[in-house]
Amino acid sequence: MTASFTTLPEAIADLVHDGDTIALEGFTHLIPVAAGQEIIRQQRRDLTLVRMTPDIVYDQLIGAGCASKLIFSWGGNPGVGSLHRLRDAVEKGWPQPLEIEEHSHAGMANRYAASAAGMPFAVMRGYTGTDLPKHTKTIAQVTCPFTGEVVTAVPNLGLDVGIIHAQRADRKGNVQMWGLTGVQKETVLGAKRSLVTVEEVVDELEPMPNQVVLPSWVVTLIAEVPRGAAPSYAQGYYDRDNDAYRAWDSIARDRETFEAWLAEAVFNV
Amino acid sequence: MSDFAPDELLTVAASRVLTDGTTTFVGIGPPGAAANLAQRTHAPNLILVYESGAIGAKPDRLPLSIGDGILGETADAVVTVPEMFNYWVQPGRIDVGFLGAAQIDRFGNINTTVVGDDYAHPKVRLPGAGGAPEIAANCGEVIVILRQSTRAFVEQVDFVTSVGHGDGSPGYRERLGLRGRGPTKIITDLGMLEVDDATNEFVMVALHEGVTREQASEATGWPLRFADEIQTLALPTEEELQTLRALKA
Repeated sequence: MTASFTTLPEAIADLVHDGDTIALEGFTHLIPVAAGQEIIRQQRRDLTLVRMTPDIVYDQLIGAGCASKLIFSWGGNPGVGSLHRLRDAVEKGWPQPLEIEEHSHAGMANRYAASAAGMPFAVMRGYTGTDLPKHTKTIAQVTCPFTGEVVTAVPNLGLDVGIIHAQRADRKGNVQMWGLTGVQKETVLGAKRSLVTVEEVVDELEPMPNQVVLPSWVVTLIAEVPRGAAPSYAQGYYDRDNDAYRAWDSIARDRETFEAWLAEAVFNV
Repeated sequence: MSDFAPDELLTVAASRVLTDGTTTFVGIGPPGAAANLAQRTHAPNLILVYESGAIGAKPDRLPLSIGDGILGETADAVVTVPEMFNYWVQPGRIDVGFLGAAQIDRFGNINTTVVGDDYAHPKVRLPGAGGAPEIAANCGEVIVILRQSTRAFVEQVDFVTSVGHGDGSPGYRERLGLRGRGPTKIITDLGMLEVDDATNEFVMVALHEGVTREQASEATGWPLRFADEIQTLALPTEEELQTLRALKA
């Protein structure tokens, strides 16, 4: 089974269902922002959103009422400040209460690794002495059967859908990305279904430094979405729009300005 | 001497404590600025490691986020995030971890999660842990950078996101199996605190030029102790300020 090419609206309609556990990944680089906004347009509800750094893409999904739960490790606007829609949901329950399941980056990275490996859990050194295990049930201790050492276990994420953005795909559906590639490989390999949006589809994938290639047969759907990661960046295509991240702070700060933005920038396109 | 902002004062002071040739795990904000400034002044061989996967990054301007393209493009090696935490941070390969904090207590325990007693209904929801808990556990030592005020320097943190020296009892970190030394220095806009190895408590060891002991005590939410001899930290030089501002331009 090789990847099929489709449009972004058809891909979201096909893959993402109400109540699903989904991850849109990209560690600052290659964030699938366009895919997130299509999920908002299609008004998916009751999603469990998984992402290490919720960033503005999840601020938008949460503010638009798509999510009932967030699994994450750092929820801020990098270098700018708070994610105001996330905070409003956690602190005030607007537009609906948001359950949170909170980890560290190392814990989330290991949960993705367990998911990609098809394992029920991953082991690591972490969380010891912190208050996180008091509130997060998905942190446990496990004893090494060989040495008796007690280490930390974190579970598989159980992803229904993994969504990433990559620089290129070839016409057979092999996907290529390079630069900082975060947990994107794990997101695709760890999910039952996957969508990759790409900057462009090309005849040949010219090798690039630090590249990650996902063979066509591990990807479900591919949609060509130029600038699909903006205002984050796609190395080799466009830079991070730092001004847009700063501007998001004032858009998201108030419910009214956020809803006006949502009507104009997401639903009116 | 030109005027400078409080953040510039603490950034310059933090840059000076970094030793050339060490590997440094860098975040954004003042910690990132301090490490980049050090690399451009007295520590040209400082190895900057960013949690986004860039090892040995040499950015020519300050990134706004820890994953800016300039980091990957100038790095000696680029690795994935699971590899960064499992192969590089976890085994203790990084000498110095730089952390910020919303709250810190006298034993260097750090809160970046919630303000308020009720986790489920926080007064303020902060960004959360990020890479900090494992940086604090596994790096050789941790340097904390933040402005000194009673809001941040508290008797007890509302949430332990990253472990410092716990309740201060001898061997606290060893009992938990934490391998790094933990926080050793806190650098602020008023001066510098260092951990007292006998009590595990942070003690004011230096003040910036023109800052008084009273100012430091008033900005601290616990009865602040002072070292027997208090050093005076020299003000930022013209060269340091120009280099720092050029990085931000």
